[in-house]
Amino acid sequence: MEKEKCEQCGHLNPYGTRLCQSCGNPLDEKDKKATVLDMRYEGTARRSQTYNKTIIDKIWNFFSSVKVGVWIIILVLSASALGTLFPQEMYIPGGVTPSDYYREEYGIAGQIYYELGFHNLYGSWWYMALVASLGISLVIASIDRVVPLYRSLKNQRVKKNEAFLKRQRFVGQVETDDQERAIAEAKEVLQQRKYKVREEDGNILAEKGRFSRWGPYVNHLGLIIFLTGALLRFFPGMYVDDSVWVREGETKVVPGTDGEYFIKNERFLMELYDENDEKYGEAMERTGEPVVENFQTDAVLYQRKDAGTVGTEPELEVWKEDEIRVNHPLRFNNFGLYQSDYKLNELSKMAFTLDSRETGESIGNLEIDLHDPKSEYDLGDGYKVIVHSYFPNFEFNEEGEPTTISSVPDNPAFIFQIISPEHPDEGEYSFVGIRTNEDIFKENDYEMSFADVEMNHVTGLTVRKDLTLPFLITGGSIFMIGLIQGSYWSHRRIWIQKSGKKLWIAGHTNKHLHSIKQDFKVLAEKTEFEAKENEALVTNQQKE
Amino acid sequence: MDTINETFLLIAFFLYLLSTILFSVSVTGRKWRDKEGDMTGNRWGTLGFITAIAGFVFALGYFITRWVEAGRAPVSNMFEYMTFLGIALSFAFLIIYAIYKTNVLGMFTMPVVMLIIAYASIFPSEIEPLIPSLQSNWLKIHVTTTAIGQGILSIGFAAGLIYLIRTLDFTKRDKKVFWLEFIMYSLVSLAGFIVVRYLFQLLNYEAVFQYVDETGNEAELVYHLPAILGPNEGQLLTSGVMEPLIHLPSWLRSDDANTVVWSLLTGVVLYVLLRLILRKPIGGSLQPVLKGINPETIDEVSYRAIAIGFPVFTLGGLIFAMIWAQIAWTRFWGWDPKEVWALITFLFYAAYLHLRLSRGWHGEKSAWLCVIGFAIIMFNLVFVNLVIAGLHSYA
Ligand code: HEM
Repeated sequence: MEKEKCEQCGHLNPYGTRLCQSCGNPLDEKDKKATVLDMRYEGTARRSQTYNKTIIDKIWNFFSSVKVGVWIIILVLSASALGTLFPQEMYIPGGVTPSDYYREEYGIAGQIYYELGFHNLYGSWWYMALVASLGISLVIASIDRVVPLYRSLKNQRVKKNEAFLKRQRFVGQVETDDQERAIAEAKEVLQQRKYKVREEDGNILAEKGRFSRWGPYVNHLGLIIFLTGALLRFFPGMYVDDSVWVREGETKVVPGTDGEYFIKNERFLMELYDENDEKYGEAMERTGEPVVENFQTDAVLYQRKDAGTVGTEPELEVWKEDEIRVNHPLRFNNFGLYQSDYKLNELSKMAFTLDSRETGESIGNLEIDLHDPKSEYDLGDGYKVIVHSYFPNFEFNEEGEPTTISSVPDNPAFIFQIISPEHPDEGEYSFVGIRTNEDIFKENDYEMSFADVEMNHVTGLTVRKDLTLPFLITGGSIFMIGLIQGSYWSHRRIWIQKSGKKLWIAGHTNKHLHSIKQDFKVLAEKTEFEAKENEALVTNQQKE
Repeated sequence: MDTINETFLLIAFFLYLLSTILFSVSVTGRKWRDKEGDMTGNRWGTLGFITAIAGFVFALGYFITRWVEAGRAPVSNMFEYMTFLGIALSFAFLIIYAIYKTNVLGMFTMPVVMLIIAYASIFPSEIEPLIPSLQSNWLKIHVTTTAIGQGILSIGFAAGLIYLIRTLDFTKRDKKVFWLEFIMYSLVSLAGFIVVRYLFQLLNYEAVFQYVDETGNEAELVYHLPAILGPNEGQLLTSGVMEPLIHLPSWLRSDDANTVVWSLLTGVVLYVLLRLILRKPIGGSLQPVLKGINPETIDEVSYRAIAIGFPVFTLGGLIFAMIWAQIAWTRFWGWDPKEVWALITFLFYAAYLHLRLSRGWHGEKSAWLCVIGFAIIMFNLVFVNLVIAGLHSYA
């Protein structure tokens, strides 16, 4: 494309430029007529404002429009709000079918919600597509603006055209005999107010806070890094979300570590606040419920030392001992083990005695590890108890046969085969559960009686690895830096320029008029220079 | 039993009241104009500012003594959080006043500070034990920063409201006037509700219900206001009190919903009374008082407040929140309603900034957006906290 030549200073500007990059002279017909210049992006030629032919141009222009950007933000916002109308699937109680749950709890509205897939809204393709277009828009809009803006601010000259100055938001004219002195005074005041002052042929450009102009681009960059980081989660190996239940005294492999790490639960604790506590007593009396003070697993983390052949006992080495509490995970190698669930008082061992029915005499006793029962217990003198069947969580099934619901010993039951000198071959069968103890043939000489139980706490740990965190932290930090940079500072410029006998003063700021007004106020107090809000602007506003 | 922290808070409350009066005098009393014709720091305004600072110092006194007494930062139940929000709002006001010296802002924000603190004191104020997930330094940092951010953003709302009252044409009966009056009505309902609640508290009103909660278990619930809305399958255990008109399903917190209904009704009564007395929309009767205000300045104040508040809110409400969530809940983000509404607040103010900076939405449009933003913050605070039961629900 052809360059545009400025009639005033002869500078060659890129096609599409609205204000001459050298002297600020308005090039565009519209700007020439304007009473106050549109200073956005310094009147530079932005790609999106200049080309609109190919399909690429059109896509570029679409996404670089702030109007479109705001629409995307509003859409993401509305979709997000929609997702809170009813709970998302992950927050509904376990063990119910989602379709039933939404219908039963929330009626027809709930059913529609479920049918439309809103119960998993944040993971839906269209929600992700919305967030993705937010990211695309962010990138394109930023590139479209930042490049020309950077160039023009870097190359800006001190001396500007009068047409540029008198169309600024703040303008003033001063007549004085001693221009040099007046300018020197103004320069001093501005420098005291931390302006960077540049001079050219005795004219002045005082500038402050230019770096704040990059704020939006820095924060958008941060956002894009953050969004990309969030996307990385879907790459294999970046993210582990698993859990493991460990009983006291038990050692288990940590899922997700390829069998390399093992965790042992030495002890699990649940501590309650003392109801008679002076500080909290009153509050606890009101609610009338005990309040948990601490959940804690005393844990030992092991690393496997041998190659890990199947079937052999792993050779473990202590890696770390730690107390895992809520808000205090155990960390190792990018992994975190979090206290997230528990089960108190799970049965772990049961003790029985073998008694003679006739004499009531006890023959011997045995203790069964409910998680790992032996197949037989030899009591000596020809007495032996064989575990014929074991039902950790016993129930009669529909055919009336004993079965187990799960492998957790919530309601253990056994069928024992009792070998005694009287019955050396076949033995006698006895069925023993928590509330049942019967002979199968009702005529046994020996019986098993229940002596004791041991209970155990179980801890539920969440296993988490998230390698996307460094990206999120970087993105988040850059975002905050950009946000602060653009919000807490403003870019102010004050031009002072000779024009025959007169001196022009003009000012521009990208935001927060108050700050530059303050500067002009001080300038007016200490020097002759006075700049008012552009009269044309004021009359325009009054007309409105 | 009165403890030191309560005394401090009470003193702060009365100082805020005094400050409200001083600022009102400075706006409505004799006028002092500077060279540009702006109304700036006259004597009463300066006194109002000093009083507001004193109020803030006593409020800080409350915060510190309660921290010492509780042995942890006092931001962990509805009473403590709301009180802190009131204090944060007064702090935000001090920052903006220091920059712009606008007395009218004091006249509008100081009463809101008082309202919030009074509202907070309705919730039980005993020092409660912290459950394990709340025992974290990050939580304190998250909650305090968020409250300060919300406070500063609310100043944007106050300034926007002033802008609207100053510039709307109240002789017409259009949508704008309707919505402005709706805002006034909401503020009146909050005030009215607080009064009603205190009255019933003085009478020691209590109605105990037995009901079936969301897990299907029997539980008891105590109402401190007559039950218009009763709990799910609720049965009154207290005799001689009002029977509820409607019973709510179990997933709604019926006592809180009842509170909401009460405030709406009180609001209607008070608002109608005010209209009868004033014979004009409330906004319309405030307008003459605001004649001396330059709309452009107050518009800038509102934008400045949002520009200052947005980064603080983002830091507290999203970034610190994520850090805490990562440690306490094992993941930095979980789409919990409260989290989602913080995101919505963030997105909304981002949209506001873009509309303002790049699409020139100044003045009235900008002011309406500030109103909506504030409504979102309040919704998150009151509704999501109290009505939807989630990870974040206090109480
Ligand atoms: C959640 C997403 C976004 C956030 C948090 C965000 C944040 C910001 C902030 C804080 C500013 C500075 C505003 C001010 O100082 O008043 C800004 C400016 C801007 N944003 Fe965004 N933005 C987001 C999305 C977008 C999108 C999708 C677009 C696409 C059109 C966009 C385009 C712009 C532009 C063009 C500017 C003005 C830059 C300038 O004038 O130099 N932003 N953004």
